[in-house]
Amino acid sequence: MKAYTTKEKIQHLLISNAVPIIFILMSAIAIPLSGFSPTYLVQEMLIRLARNSFLVLSLIIPILAGMGLNFGMVLGAMAGQVGLILVSDWAVVGIRGLLLAAMIATPIAIALGYVCGAVLNRAKGREMVTSYILGFFVNGLYQLAVLYAFGKVIPISNSELVLSRGFGIRNAINLAGMRHALDYLVPLKIGNLNVPVGTYLTIGLFCLFIVWFRRTKLGQDMRAIGQDMHVAGAAGIPVEKTRIIAIIISTVLACYGQIIFLQNIGTLNTYNSHDQAGMFAIAALLIGGATVSKATIPNVFLGVILFHMMFVVSPMAGKQLMGQAQIGEYFRVFISYGIIAISLALHAWKRQKDRERARRSLRGEA
Amino acid sequence: MNEKLKGFIEEAGWPRVIIGLFLLSLFVAAPFVQVRVDASISDTLVRFGMNGILVLAMVPMIQSGCGLNFGLPLGIIAGLLGAVTSIQLAFTGMLGFLTALAIAIPLAALFGTAYGLLLNRVKGDEMMIATYVGFSSVAFMCMMWLLLPYTSPTMIWGYGGSGLRTTISVEGYWLHILSDFLSVQVGEYFYIPTGMFIFFGFMCFLMWAFLHTKTGTAMTAVGSNPEFARASGIDVNRMRVVSVVLSTVLASIGIIVYQQSFGFVQLYMGPFYMAFPAVAAILLGGASVHKASMVNVVIGTFLFQGILTMTPSVINSLLQTDMSEVIRIVVSNGMILYALTRKVQVKR
Repeated sequence: MKAYTTKEKIQHLLISNAVPIIFILMSAIAIPLSGFSPTYLVQEMLIRLARNSFLVLSLIIPILAGMGLNFGMVLGAMAGQVGLILVSDWAVVGIRGLLLAAMIATPIAIALGYVCGAVLNRAKGREMVTSYILGFFVNGLYQLAVLYAFGKVIPISNSELVLSRGFGIRNAINLAGMRHALDYLVPLKIGNLNVPVGTYLTIGLFCLFIVWFRRTKLGQDMRAIGQDMHVAGAAGIPVEKTRIIAIIISTVLACYGQIIFLQNIGTLNTYNSHDQAGMFAIAALLIGGATVSKATIPNVFLGVILFHMMFVVSPMAGKQLMGQAQIGEYFRVFISYGIIAISLALHAWKRQKDRERARRSLRGEA
Repeated sequence: MNEKLKGFIEEAGWPRVIIGLFLLSLFVAAPFVQVRVDASISDTLVRFGMNGILVLAMVPMIQSGCGLNFGLPLGIIAGLLGAVTSIQLAFTGMLGFLTALAIAIPLAALFGTAYGLLLNRVKGDEMMIATYVGFSSVAFMCMMWLLLPYTSPTMIWGYGGSGLRTTISVEGYWLHILSDFLSVQVGEYFYIPTGMFIFFGFMCFLMWAFLHTKTGTAMTAVGSNPEFARASGIDVNRMRVVSVVLSTVLASIGIIVYQQSFGFVQLYMGPFYMAFPAVAAILLGGASVHKASMVNVVIGTFLFQGILTMTPSVINSLLQTDMSEVIRIVVSNGMILYALTRKVQVKR
């Protein structure tokens, strides 16, 4: 290994962090254009960090296991929502409601995670697209359950939750009783800023969990599988089982993440809330500089801040720039999809190049 | 007999048999719940014609080993650009339809080339990237629809004076221009859009003929075994680009045919999820991720559109609730999932 010069090091740093750097530059242009006050932006970012970080963190473990971005995390989100619906029917409020919702949702998330893991084991090498379609498929089953079974098979007593026809859950559920139950469990105010300490503590605990988990035997096994499935299998690691465990952990965490997300927002859109959870979480993670094969905890937080900064300022910036807020709206949609497309493409390209290089090195001198 | 049945089920695959039987039972049940069978069949036929070419667009990329073209919206966008430009030029009738095609096809070829070059760099991950290429191009065009300088009063927002509407009627331009060509109307409810079928059949024939030319055979070879194809002197990357261009061009033609029958041009988020029904249909027809034929296209489109037409009416009258949307989601995504998780069979 030859030592790198400073210039090379800087070059490497710039290239490997190209995505976050571009986003920092874009925010630097868009923030003054939008005309939002710094206090407002800081408050927004504090809230959004609390709201979204957990969901994004749930993506890390499957990446560790080499399964790419777990688009199947929406399964967990749906499980969380089922828990929340039941809890709001039973009118359990506050932090107790959230805990109960998590308790109900956990077995569902474990079951769904197991199914997802088993399906992905049958689709090695195209986990991402498969988990993505699986998300849609389970969304269908979720709608089937929530639209037809709830109120018929599963009794729902609170008439405010049920559609006027007598069964099926309404489009929007007010979670007023649970709103900010975790966020402001420990109240803290700095100046005019509300700090959701409770959620931060949870997220902090979870980060510690990830750091610890990576060092355990299971975490090391996952990393080995992520490096090379065949070698790991030959070394006696139960590849399929470990992959299933990785997905189960991710699904359960996404389920808690969605509960945290919704207690912060305060309303549950029964049929849409989970839809975008996956997409936004993945976009945020990629914007934070993660790739399909490598994601760290700093990536998560940087990504959430940058992505949501874009999210907050772009409609206003679009309005100032083009005279239409709608342009900014579409722009942020474009950015979220475009960034996923580019990151995936760059990663696949790099992998292909690596493969070619490996093949060439076997060929010897021509 | 039993052996034969077993063989057939093995050949067709369980999901296809189940869905076929489901559709059959819907048709059988229809008269008992006061749903007109002739109207249903007619609806199915119309939708079959509308969607056929979009499903056909899947074939080239599957054959060349690029997988399922989730990036279909890219071609659809080229078609949309052709359609709105033709309306802008105020061409009506067959001339308008042909103008739309004439504008859409070169655009689609252009988009397809760029898209193909991208997919060549990401071999093995085509499907996921295709999905997001489709999504981001739709989102990008959402901005463009607002900004492009179209002025025809039938297309732009009434109040702002700029920006295209979300749905634009093609009535007065080229509504049903293909469908009504030689069309057959029996009684009040039964209608066969002959012209659309002829056009679809013609496209299928062209595709079939192309796959039997030298280039077409080379393309199939690339899909079956790229290493072998390369060893026999085929330019693998070029063949893949050709297949992607073909797929994109077919998508652009397909959406214009769809619009002339449907009656509206749907902009903005309209094309967003259009790839999924097309993918589901061809898989339902018996295609795998690696192999597809014209028969798969025809059977798949018919089965899939049949279910889409029949479930709302029949299930609605049967259960007094509308479950069609949920059934559609479960069937189409279940089908894609089945195809993706099927163990790849290697024939030796």
